[in-house]
Amino acid sequence: MGEVKVIGASLSIICCRIEWALKLKGVQYEYIQEDLRNKSPILLQCNPVHKKVPVLVHNEKPVAESLVILEYIDETWKENPLLPKDPFEKSTARFWARFVDEKFIPSAWAACCAQEHEQEKAVESAQELLGILDKLIEGKKFFGGETIGFLDLVVGSLPNWLKFMEELSGIKLFDAEKFPSFHEWATKFVEIPIIQEHIPMPEDLINYVNTAGLAKTILGSAAMANKK
Amino acid sequence: MAELKLFRTWSSPFALRVVWALDLKGIQFDTIFEDLSNKSSLLLQYNPIYKKVPVLVHNGKPLAESLVILEYIDETWKQTPLLPEDPSERATARFWAKFGEDKVLPSVYNVFIKQGKDQEEAIVTAHENLRNLEGLISGKKFFSGETIGLVDLAFGWLANLLGVLEEVMGVTLIDHEKYPFLLTWMHNFADAPIIKESWPPRDKLITKYKALHEAYTPKEAPK
Repeated sequence: MGEVKVIGASLSIICCRIEWALKLKGVQYEYIQEDLRNKSPILLQCNPVHKKVPVLVHNEKPVAESLVILEYIDETWKENPLLPKDPFEKSTARFWARFVDEKFIPSAWAACCAQEHEQEKAVESAQELLGILDKLIEGKKFFGGETIGFLDLVVGSLPNWLKFMEELSGIKLFDAEKFPSFHEWATKFVEIPIIQEHIPMPEDLINYVNTAGLAKTILGSAAMANKK
Repeated sequence: MAELKLFRTWSSPFALRVVWALDLKGIQFDTIFEDLSNKSSLLLQYNPIYKKVPVLVHNGKPLAESLVILEYIDETWKQTPLLPEDPSERATARFWAKFGEDKVLPSVYNVFIKQGKDQEEAIVTAHENLRNLEGLISGKKFFSGETIGLVDLAFGWLANLLGVLEEVMGVTLIDHEKYPFLLTWMHNFADAPIIKESWPPRDKLITKYKALHEAYTPKEAPK
């Protein structure tokens, strides 16, 4: 159904969402690996507004922003639908996807980078949001129900990312005892072959950050002082 | 007829998008005006995550986040579609609506709440974002083409609220020289049937945003 390219970065916790979606739908694509410190002309041409990955290019037309791309993929290739048909359930999935990107991720990030006097409150806030995700998945096989759905792809790389951020910062967020349902989903999700093939692993993220000397950039100097 | 309720405030530009969408599609609904300094227990029950307006309740089921609500409305009531059928065009519309939320709105608000050098920097960023819109609208009546669509509703606040902010803060962002097409769209949109019937009263907006602006302006030291 036309030529498909994905412009991405292999350690990106966002780009993997796109590869998972395409793989789940059996769509062949060419992967173009970006060096984000030296962005290629094709990336700048395909995403001139944000200059970021991921970008999907289908029949030479680029689509940017991961949630927008996921919906495009779901509307273009109909097998293994990611979003439910019912408008209310679809809207609910969209709502939670935004919650993850606009509230949860920034909160977890803030907790790991917080200065000592703000740390307790920041961790509490992030864990409150993690508790919401835990409740959301409680009693379910996937966020999408019986099969992998939109929200599973959005959340999918976060358990590994949390482990990475925890190791980097010395802050503990993802307590398996406090969030048993989320932990159970995370453990099973990462073992699914399609998911496993394209998921950034915490050790690879740590290696990259340490090799590139990026820890201070990511955490900020105050948070570095908190590292145990 | 199915039960449809919209929780809003008189001034929320986000809730206004939902009003426009429902009005454009000719859908009847009940309005519950909220006082955000004293939120109703119903609002807190329907939107426990953000505790904000707008919330649309359809047959007892609540939805929050205005752009999510707009897509729900478009998928539930098919007349006067807000999004095109083609997936690529839909993706483009969603991209720009998101750009508006993530970049344009915060950058304009930043100009409003900052002063001095910080404001100068905020103005530069706001123009970087707004320039994209000038390029996007050029030659078209509406962002969505001949008729109003999702992107127009998403940027609708520019057509009236921006003028209020500019007047209160004494900074003009959208001028004829730099943004001739965007200004034309603002006039077209502000005067469009249905849209023009629901603008909040301008004098009330001026009062509200004057108070807000003062709260952000550091007081001068006594001489």
